[in-house]
Amino acid sequence: MLTAILVMAGIAIVLGAVLGYAALRYKVEGDPLVEKIDAILPQTQCGQCGYPGCKPYATAIAKGEADINKCPPGGEEGVKKLAELLGVEVKPLDAEPKPKAVAFIDENLCIGCTLCIQACPVDAILGAAKQMHTIIASECTGCELCVAPCPVDCISMVVLKEDLPHWKWKYPVFRIKQAA
Amino acid sequence: MRTLHRFPGGIHPEEHKAESSARPIHAPFIPNRLFIPMRQHIGQPAKPIVKVGDKVLKGQMIGQADGYVSTAVHASSSGVVTGIGLHAVAHPSGLPDLCITIDTDGHDTWTELQPLDWQSLDPAAVRGYVRDLGIAGLGGAVFPSSIKLDPKNQPIHTLILNGGECEPWITCDDRLMRERAEEVLQGARIMQHLLGAQTVIAGIEDNKPEAIAAMQAAAEKLGLQIEIAAMPTRYPGGGGKQITQTLTGLETPSGKLSTDIGVQVFNVGTAYALARAILHGEPLISRIVTVTGHVLGPQNYETLIGTPMGELVMHAGEREGTTGLIMGGPMMGFDVQPEAPVVKATNCVLVKSAELFPPKPRELPCIRCTECARVCPAQLQPQELYWFARAKNFGKAQEYNLFDCIECGCCSYVCPSHIPLVDYYRFAKSEIWAREKEKHAADIARERHEFRLFRLEREKKEKAERLAAKAQTKKAEAPTLTTDEQDAKKKLIAEALARAQAKKAGVAPKNTDNLTPEQCAEIAEIEARRARIREMAKKTIEPEKHL
Ligand code: SF4
Ligand code: SF4
Ligand code: SF4
Ligand code: SF4
Repeated sequence: MLTAILVMAGIAIVLGAVLGYAALRYKVEGDPLVEKIDAILPQTQCGQCGYPGCKPYATAIAKGEADINKCPPGGEEGVKKLAELLGVEVKPLDAEPKPKAVAFIDENLCIGCTLCIQACPVDAILGAAKQMHTIIASECTGCELCVAPCPVDCISMVVLKEDLPHWKWKYPVFRIKQAA
Repeated sequence: MRTLHRFPGGIHPEEHKAESSARPIHAPFIPNRLFIPMRQHIGQPAKPIVKVGDKVLKGQMIGQADGYVSTAVHASSSGVVTGIGLHAVAHPSGLPDLCITIDTDGHDTWTELQPLDWQSLDPAAVRGYVRDLGIAGLGGAVFPSSIKLDPKNQPIHTLILNGGECEPWITCDDRLMRERAEEVLQGARIMQHLLGAQTVIAGIEDNKPEAIAAMQAAAEKLGLQIEIAAMPTRYPGGGGKQITQTLTGLETPSGKLSTDIGVQVFNVGTAYALARAILHGEPLISRIVTVTGHVLGPQNYETLIGTPMGELVMHAGEREGTTGLIMGGPMMGFDVQPEAPVVKATNCVLVKSAELFPPKPRELPCIRCTECARVCPAQLQPQELYWFARAKNFGKAQEYNLFDCIECGCCSYVCPSHIPLVDYYRFAKSEIWAREKEKHAADIARERHEFRLFRLEREKKEKAERLAAKAQTKKAEAPTLTTDEQDAKKKLIAEALARAQAKKAGVAPKNTDNLTPEQCAEIAEIEARRARIREMAKKTIEPEKHL
């Protein structure tokens, strides 16, 4: 009996020591909650949530200052994931979700003023003063921030069409209703 | 004799092989128009290297391999390129894809072919040829063969020639082995040389005794150390992991490939294509396709890549009451449009009729009979996977090894509730892939955004330093920009703006008549916003000048 108690106590002490050591050794830098929330946000950096980017919004959520349903690019999916992470109720999205689009510059009209470059949060626009500008479509997040600053209105958002490499299998139709 | 092993699960569907296996391979015919897709293999699609109007010869490269995981595409007959654009292709989505259209001239003139002295060449050079001759796995997965023939990632001890052909209805490999066994084995020898494999085994299901005999005779004639093994017929015995287990007893661990345990598997058709490519210099421009089901004369056709499937069916004798085409077999194939061309992956065009393929009975709730788990060759729990995929609980589905599912369809086949189980797994897999892609894109965007913030910070600091340095020297000198110069700059910008606006007026839409009041209001609102933006823009231009 005594040996059993001693053994158990020994194990408890050893495990405690290991846990204590691990807590010190693997201490996470920065605020892990903000990082976790930021990892869920889509990184469009559009500011539609009312914050100047995804990270600030993540910080605000972590502090409890912002609701979880303010990010339209993240969609209902994003709200669901945030709710899961934070252990709160899922809420309907506080905006209309939009189809994914990328910006397109009409290069015949561009006067090369560089204003769009200054607006782009991910440096996806190429150009120099008085030169025609163009968008690197693969890096564009579709935030629309470059559209408003353009003095000649030559930037438009082009909705991405579904093509073969981006096609997804559809949810199988539930045939019970169909056949009945 | 090799001792054979048994893979778990499997089923015995009706074979339907006799319909098409009795007749010899039909010689190719040249359709008036070929539609050759650039995406016929796994990986990057080929890049077109011809222009509309170009004359091309049979076997001429028209699409170049683009990147490591890619392979070339060639003209299947001589003629003129009449289009490069989207055309219907064989894909479950029914979406079109990039194809090169060739109007054939009927002469079928070959380009100059260059056989290869593979024994004296460096293996890497041979692999380069394999890639440029467009060889990809013809068993259905169409993975570029040049990569599979590269043993640098993993030493290979055993090469398996897959002559299983376990899917019902399909007999193209059977006929190929019966009629062209020697070339198949010559291809295998080249493969063995490139891989450095010690053992070569050809596995053929025992419902093809003629093919087994032909392969044995050819091996003897060529004096090759290749073992021809007759495997018990059981679907999906021709699956890569299944044939590996049957012939070697080695089990491929979850999430791994057979190469990870030192076994490389090639379809017999691929070995044949490789022999043609290396020994004759012929690129992969045709393949054997079983045309069967609801047709007058089911048979195997040597078919030019790019031949519309509907035309192929017409040759085999279209029948009344055709309800559609399947590319591949009834277990793993999918519906295609008749306009879609034959590609490197097309082993069979199965013509449907209401009799042969009656509409599926309605789907009922799962009764948890676990029949599906009993037949699953990957030893999964299909009923659980179904549950998670249906509930879109993808994390859980992955925990239950969704990605080990080979989509063989055994589970759907036996399910008494007629649940299209595989459709759910495909849905779940493609959702997971899409999410991973999105996640990746988000990670890149985050990085770029953070770098931008860092860059702005750095530029601010540099500017401050510059200004401080300038202020030091400025004390002595006069101000750099006079008001005159500033005015001149302002004028320049105004002029550029005016020019652009004039240009824009030229291209303005002409549909501004007959607008509803709402549309007018909307336009007014947009105009107001634009004016505001212009104001803002001017304001932001001004400080720029002082830089
Ligand atoms: S709304 Fe835009 S900026 Fe805000 S979190 Fe979503 S993507 Fe990021
Ligand atoms: S804001 Fe408009 S005009 Fe200015 S550089 Fe960008 S696209 Fe060209
Ligand atoms: S389709 Fe997938 S889950 Fe179903 S039996 Fe085949 S391997 Fe198993
Ligand atoms: S066979 Fe069908 S009904 Fe039976 S457990 Fe599997 S999914 Fe459910």
